[in-house]
Amino acid sequence: MKVAIIGFGVVGQGLARALADTGFTITAVADSRSAAIDADGLNIPDILARKEETGLCGDTGIGSAAILSSGAFDILVEVSPTNADTGEPALSTIRSALAMGKHVVTSNKGPIACAYHELKALADQKGVKLGYEATVAGAVPIVSGLRQGLAGNTISSLHGILNGTCNYILTRMRDEGLTYPQALQEARDLGYAEADPTYDVKGIDAAIKLVILANTLLGMDIRLSDVAITGIDSITPEALSLAEAEGATIRLIGEILPGKNQVRVSPRVISLDHPLVVDGTLNAISVCCDLAGPVTFIGKGAGPYPTASAILSDLNFIRDAYDRGA
Amino acid sequence: MKLELKDTPGQLLGALKPISDIGGNIITIIHQRDQTTAENTLTVDIVLELAEKKLDALIEALRERGCGVVRIGKQRLLQKQSLIMIGHLMHTDLTDTVDRIDQTGFAEVSELHMVMPAIDEPSTAKITLRAVSPEDMLHAVRILREVAAQKDILILEPLEGVE
Repeated sequence: MKVAIIGFGVVGQGLARALADTGFTITAVADSRSAAIDADGLNIPDILARKEETGLCGDTGIGSAAILSSGAFDILVEVSPTNADTGEPALSTIRSALAMGKHVVTSNKGPIACAYHELKALADQKGVKLGYEATVAGAVPIVSGLRQGLAGNTISSLHGILNGTCNYILTRMRDEGLTYPQALQEARDLGYAEADPTYDVKGIDAAIKLVILANTLLGMDIRLSDVAITGIDSITPEALSLAEAEGATIRLIGEILPGKNQVRVSPRVISLDHPLVVDGTLNAISVCCDLAGPVTFIGKGAGPYPTASAILSDLNFIRDAYDRGA
Repeated sequence: MKLELKDTPGQLLGALKPISDIGGNIITIIHQRDQTTAENTLTVDIVLELAEKKLDALIEALRERGCGVVRIGKQRLLQKQSLIMIGHLMHTDLTDTVDRIDQTGFAEVSELHMVMPAIDEPSTAKITLRAVSPEDMLHAVRILREVAAQKDILILEPLEGVE
């Protein structure tokens, strides 16, 4: 099947590499300033080299609009950076592609958190698939795990470590006795934290992921403003020591209690033998199910290849379900 | 509580029924058959959870069935939970913070372990609450959260909730 990739940063480039020899043909790519289209399939090694040299993946005269109007794809993959407030410009791009009867796969949290119910209705109406496995917890198959793997269960609670940056900082504060500013600096030096880490350390990124899980899998209808959010930037080394003395530590935990309509992100004191206590940048999600009991998912929450893994999972699902003639 | 029963069939069941009728939650029953007394009665130790105001009614119901209550030992504040507080705890009137819990009548601060690394730096404390019931504990934690919000104190709750 033919794939168009919107967004050609580390995730888009990682996906382009991962798609080699998979049977999917990349017919279009776009970054924020340029685009390239070839209905017969682009030469990906050339495009990756050009991006490396010039910072552009294609011609500056065209963009994602040209890719949409070309119609030269079966699946639109939207992997541009998240805009948590409006989901734009990705939301409009995704809406247009679905309206054209094209499948959409995205790692972009903005459109799914802001407008999932609308986009899903549009996809259903057009008989196409909206895949968003890559929006939450990277490589961890939490969306298909809950939708297919645990289908039929009623989930009474969901708890998760959903932000690798925060988990790295808290892990280092515990292991090495670092202060918060020291651990943050280390995370920056290693490329785990952005120059402006607000979005991660204030808990906003984890909260957006909770909105996605709550709205798309747990039958809720909430917005980011409904999530009670507390970040990790006031955590002291003394707090970790006090927790440690009780055989516990502190982690940033996202919590959804569907029965109480309660969704929050906050640093919590958690026993060291709890399955959610994972180290470094790992993500983990535990759900309590009426039939299955407690189930925990653990894996890499970010990075080009873990994200590509989640996108490929959606692409393969679409090929298996829709590409019967090919 | 320790009950004295006649050593005849059905007595134990008869003694347990009033407890469930009145809404008590039985936690353990220790029933030693070999320790009968001279009056051909035996004693049973029962640990249960019950709203305090219903205790007199339970004793009355048991006596009507011929069960003597030998001894009642009460532990009021069964629930325990520790939280961590980070902020300017002393300068925001720690006595008042503790009083707001102690004044409730259903919860108390039973332990406070505070670390103050430097003057003007935020201090960190482990605060242990005790409360009568799980609902009271939730209520007490909610009060502490409200007080903390007013005083710009960060509260870290345990993940497992009430122990």
